[in-house]
Amino acid sequence: MSAATDTTPVTAPANRIGQSVRDSLVIARRNLIRMTRIPEMVLFGVIQPVMFVVLFTYVFGGSMKIGNTTDADVYKDFLMAGIFAQTVTFATAGSAAGIADDMQKGLVDRFRSLPMARGAVLTGRTVADLVQTAITLLVLAIVALIVGWRTGSADPTSAGEILAGFALLLLLGYAFTWIGALIGLSVRTPEAATSGGIIWLFPVTFISNAFVDSSQMTPWLRHIAEWNPFSATVQACRELFGNPGVVQSDAWPMQHPVWASLIWSVLIIAVFRTLAVRKYRSAAS
Amino acid sequence: MPGAIYAEGLVKTFGDVRALDGVDLDVPEGTVLGLLGPNGAGKTTAVRCLTTLLRPDSGKAVVAGIDVLRQPNEVRRSIGLSGQFAAVDEYLTGRENLQMVGQLYQMKGRAAKARAAELLDQFHLSEAADRPTKTYSGGMRRRLDLAAALVVSPPVMFMDEPTTGLDPRNRQELWEVIKQLVAGGTTLLLTTQYLEEADHLAHDIAVVDHGRVIARGTSDQLKARTGGERVEVVVHERDHMTTAAEVLAGFGKGSTTVEEHTRKLTVPVTGGAKLLAEVIRELDVRGIEIDDIGLRRPTLDDVFLSLTGHVAEAKDEANGSADDAGHEQEKEAAK
Repeated sequence: MSAATDTTPVTAPANRIGQSVRDSLVIARRNLIRMTRIPEMVLFGVIQPVMFVVLFTYVFGGSMKIGNTTDADVYKDFLMAGIFAQTVTFATAGSAAGIADDMQKGLVDRFRSLPMARGAVLTGRTVADLVQTAITLLVLAIVALIVGWRTGSADPTSAGEILAGFALLLLLGYAFTWIGALIGLSVRTPEAATSGGIIWLFPVTFISNAFVDSSQMTPWLRHIAEWNPFSATVQACRELFGNPGVVQSDAWPMQHPVWASLIWSVLIIAVFRTLAVRKYRSAAS
Repeated sequence: MPGAIYAEGLVKTFGDVRALDGVDLDVPEGTVLGLLGPNGAGKTTAVRCLTTLLRPDSGKAVVAGIDVLRQPNEVRRSIGLSGQFAAVDEYLTGRENLQMVGQLYQMKGRAAKARAAELLDQFHLSEAADRPTKTYSGGMRRRLDLAAALVVSPPVMFMDEPTTGLDPRNRQELWEVIKQLVAGGTTLLLTTQYLEEADHLAHDIAVVDHGRVIARGTSDQLKARTGGERVEVVVHERDHMTTAAEVLAGFGKGSTTVEEHTRKLTVPVTGGAKLLAEVIRELDVRGIEIDDIGLRRPTLDDVFLSLTGHVAEAKDEANGSADDAGHEQEKEAAK
């Protein structure tokens, strides 16, 4: 072996957090490079929610009752917060498939044999997925504006509140990618991870206030919808965007949706990050 | 003093399966140990335990003087692992892959870059360095995987079936690379199901079956255990087998093995080619027509057969699925 380069590893960093951040960024960068090499994946990630926007707006709009009206324009303004939230949660499937793929290809073995921070492979994945989610959300917001979505259509709002709404959406998306990471580590193939990462999201996103006025549901379903972590973010976004259809309810998350959204997301991250990192440490590919 | 790789009584069970059933290993610094065995014998599990990927149920492991169970992260700084798959990111270029690994070994960005260039050159990958590895041939990908394991020039290397699935030419190439590496003083533990490979690369061989080391020694020592050379005859007609056996008994130094269905007779001999000629003459005199005759020197295949009672080669097809099952169990157990 030639010794032209000094290959001595930097000695154990005194700052573990520093190493953790550095390693996570190395992995995040790797995943972002992958993204640029597989642009079709990003493209499909954008097309799907755009399709939902168009379908819901033109097919359901006009027959959905929000408050006291079935006006299609009101439904359009109501709908977008729901579609945005659903879109960010669907990033779960991408994370799950990515991790499962790394497991199957033996990359997780390689990473686990390296002297790197334990959580970095998963953090790097979820951070890269967050970037993709942000891109998707941006494109989606533009499409929403094109089809006629307007902020402040029901109540006054401000730029700060609108940005806060998008921040809550990204946080929710980030939280859900940790669920995806755990799924990815638990299944055998990327294919299983893709479907396993997405099927349970249909009940989660549909038994909510995202696409219909949940106050019109049968009581037991309504309770589930109102306490659904996903609903809190949707409600918060409607409030912050000044859009119609904010649910009138005694349920705490519906009354304090911004706090509820924050708490739910942080809780999901705390729980699923712990579980996923523990699983990663004993992962067998 | 224990060697660069040392294991004592390693046990690992997955459900009912004892994948490792008390494995002891001792690899002196700068030497190559070939861990030889069929699929499902426990080779991969042993490597996974020694490289911190799997925690054994009991036993002791020391790599590069560091306790694997107590200080796994310290061990990771001193080892390189090249697994059964070419574990490189297929959408990253060769260069990007090596730089990433360097950075994850905690090298500074610039050092990782320089080292990547050096390795790409050394492994004849410079031309393909900036292409995604998806476009690489199987042999190129294996070379890159090996390069990735060598980023920090670790004193101890583990290679789990490095040439499985490679065509003969690529295998030869990889062998050369491994030989160079070992000449540089690296301690290597290599698993293989190719007896020829162990014979070729390893100083010492440990034969593994059902989670145990059932024999160890140099290639020559192991061959000696199976005895010397043998004459093997395939007669044309079944009726001639008894007569042929009589003839062979006259020349043999031990009992003759008769395989009815293949009409094959084998007898241990000394005397080499000269004796073979005499056997042929004698068979001719007796009017026995032969389909095939030859002088066989013992191969590691024979060693394996005599040690385990089953042929190592049969596993490729027959035990292939059994190994998958073992691997699946490992996954299950890890959950």
